[in-house]
Amino acid sequence: MTLATRLVPLLAIATALMFAPAPFMIYGAPLESTMGVIQKIFYFHVPAATAAFMGAIVCGVASALFLWRRNRLADHFALSGAELAVLFGLIMLVTGPLWARKAWGIWWQWDVRLTTALVMWMVFVSYLLVRRFGGPGSEMMSAVVGVFGMALVPFVYISVNFWRTIHPTTNVVPSLPASMMWPFGWSMIAFTLLFTTLLLVRVRLETNRAMLEDAYVAMED
Amino acid sequence: MPSQATLDFDNVHLREASRHYGRRRALARTSLTFGRGEIVGLFGPNGAGKSTMLGLLSTTLHPTTGSVLFGDRPAADLGDDLRHRIGVLGHDLFLYGDLTARENLRFFGQLYELPNLDARVQVALDEARLVERADDRVSGYSRGLRQRLALERALLHDPRLVLLDEPFTGLDDDSAGFLAARLRRLRASGAIVLMATHDFDNAAGLVDRMVCLRNGRAREVAVDGRALRDRYRATMAEEWP
Amino acid sequence: MSVLRAALLIARKDLVVESRSRELAYTTLFFAVSCVLVFAFALIREGRALEDAAAGILWVAIAFSGTLALGRAFERERQAETLKALLLAPIEPSAVYLGKLTGLLILMIGVELIVVPVVGLLFDAPILRAPLLLAALLAAGTVGFAGVGTLFAAMLVRAHSRDVLLPVLLYPITVPVIIAGVRGTAAIFAAEPNLDVAGSWLSMLVFFDAVFVTLALWTFRPVMSD
Repeated sequence: MTLATRLVPLLAIATALMFAPAPFMIYGAPLESTMGVIQKIFYFHVPAATAAFMGAIVCGVASALFLWRRNRLADHFALSGAELAVLFGLIMLVTGPLWARKAWGIWWQWDVRLTTALVMWMVFVSYLLVRRFGGPGSEMMSAVVGVFGMALVPFVYISVNFWRTIHPTTNVVPSLPASMMWPFGWSMIAFTLLFTTLLLVRVRLETNRAMLEDAYVAMED
Repeated sequence: MPSQATLDFDNVHLREASRHYGRRRALARTSLTFGRGEIVGLFGPNGAGKSTMLGLLSTTLHPTTGSVLFGDRPAADLGDDLRHRIGVLGHDLFLYGDLTARENLRFFGQLYELPNLDARVQVALDEARLVERADDRVSGYSRGLRQRLALERALLHDPRLVLLDEPFTGLDDDSAGFLAARLRRLRASGAIVLMATHDFDNAAGLVDRMVCLRNGRAREVAVDGRALRDRYRATMAEEWP
Repeated sequence: MSVLRAALLIARKDLVVESRSRELAYTTLFFAVSCVLVFAFALIREGRALEDAAAGILWVAIAFSGTLALGRAFERERQAETLKALLLAPIEPSAVYLGKLTGLLILMIGVELIVVPVVGLLFDAPILRAPLLLAALLAAGTVGFAGVGTLFAAMLVRAHSRDVLLPVLLYPITVPVIIAGVRGTAAIFAAEPNLDVAGSWLSMLVFFDAVFVTLALWTFRPVMSD
């Protein structure tokens, strides 16, 4: 973790530098013809959703490593990934309906992306709940939830896909004009940096806590 | 049971074994060896680590650090078959209340793949002095009857290592006498017997070794002519690290 | 001993225990019927059910009563620590999972044999229109739900607040089972039935079962050893 320890301040500075001009870039981006200013949520919503997705992947992979290899560092990554998935997922779930209300005239639509995102968000909330309230051995139980949650994604996606999809698809992104592409790409990088920084800080916190527990226990011995 | 013949051990070792639950220390760096033909008494207040030590030896708990060796091999190398050689009488008795005594014994006997099961079950019912009530549901038994049945359930597969958590609970003097005699026979047959108990009267004259536990630490106390209770009090009054 | 033989012994033991007390069968069945009733009050307008209501109510009743049965079945193994005794026996831990799963499946399918006709009767649902397909949907859905539920209920036996954690963990993970079960059953019950659609939901359920029961068998040993 020493490399990560040295990286964290650099990452934090880079994240701050990226976020500082982002509001001005987004302000400067042209208004979209039909949606107007509401469209600017997109610069926030999509990067947050991407970060939530990354958190889910980190949690799923790390949970599997912890479950079958009993790697404690993997457990710290899994917990941090789950927390970030819930945090960024919440941003996604709040900003999405704000946009939808204007675009579709409704707050919520049971379409495939929205439903999948909601179900996955609930899976990671349940990961944190079992971790918090499960008592001794809850690391293992939450790891099962992480692994099952990861295996669940295609099933939720396919099963919800039978309903009509009205969410804009990812091929919106390449069709953006350069004036919108710039702030969008900038936001994506800023969020990814923020995600990485938070992940490393959180993992380091968890690792330090485990070290403290070990030291405490060793002293008792 | 081809594996059983090969899988045997003459002693069990705890090597610097610790077990923690978060910050709570249940057992701290304990090294002890138990051999065949011994009855070892584990004494200590509630939460001192008696059950944790039994859990480690029964392979249901893994040590946080250190190891548990059966003969000279760790439990992980020996696989699921190791449990053919371990018998556990838990504090909660491990019996199905809605099954009869005979059904309980038969069910576990089948899981352990015992040959001549019917005959073995009959012998076990005899030992527990439950022949007349063998076909009554266990939920209707008194604590003492259940305790006797649970012991025979734990011993049904002739385990090498016998782990008993409070075996004298709920037994009247008569039954306690039978239990002590049963444990002496086990010792004579070459079993390694560990017993966690608070009952000094029944343990007196029965245990060959005495291990006192406090706060996750174990200390062996020589068994000589003196009363166990006095030895225990004296040990507990000493300075512990 | 082979895993299957040990699993059958455990399942048979569960059936003997249940045949003595019948606690699970009666309470689960009555709870399922109560669910049907409660949702009927929510979804019936002017004496008629909303479209697709029967399929939805049926699966909600199965999921809710199944959760109850899962919780009780493992509470029973917790009382005298008999689950620990099973894990102490020289058998593969996955045999314990399979045995408990088999016992629960028999119980849940028994309950469904009564709840499905009740729903058919109360909501005028054509349960005999494609009986084999409907039975296959119910069986595959029940395997998926109980397959995940048995693992979760077993691992939660030692947990604090297990009563509330079981549904909290179980419902999000079994969303595909509920969707596929409800949509497949609705496709059979609809005024213009579409059996092909029901068939494709069935194949999704079978695929879900294969993946999640395999995962559960894989994870049972690490999660049950302490």
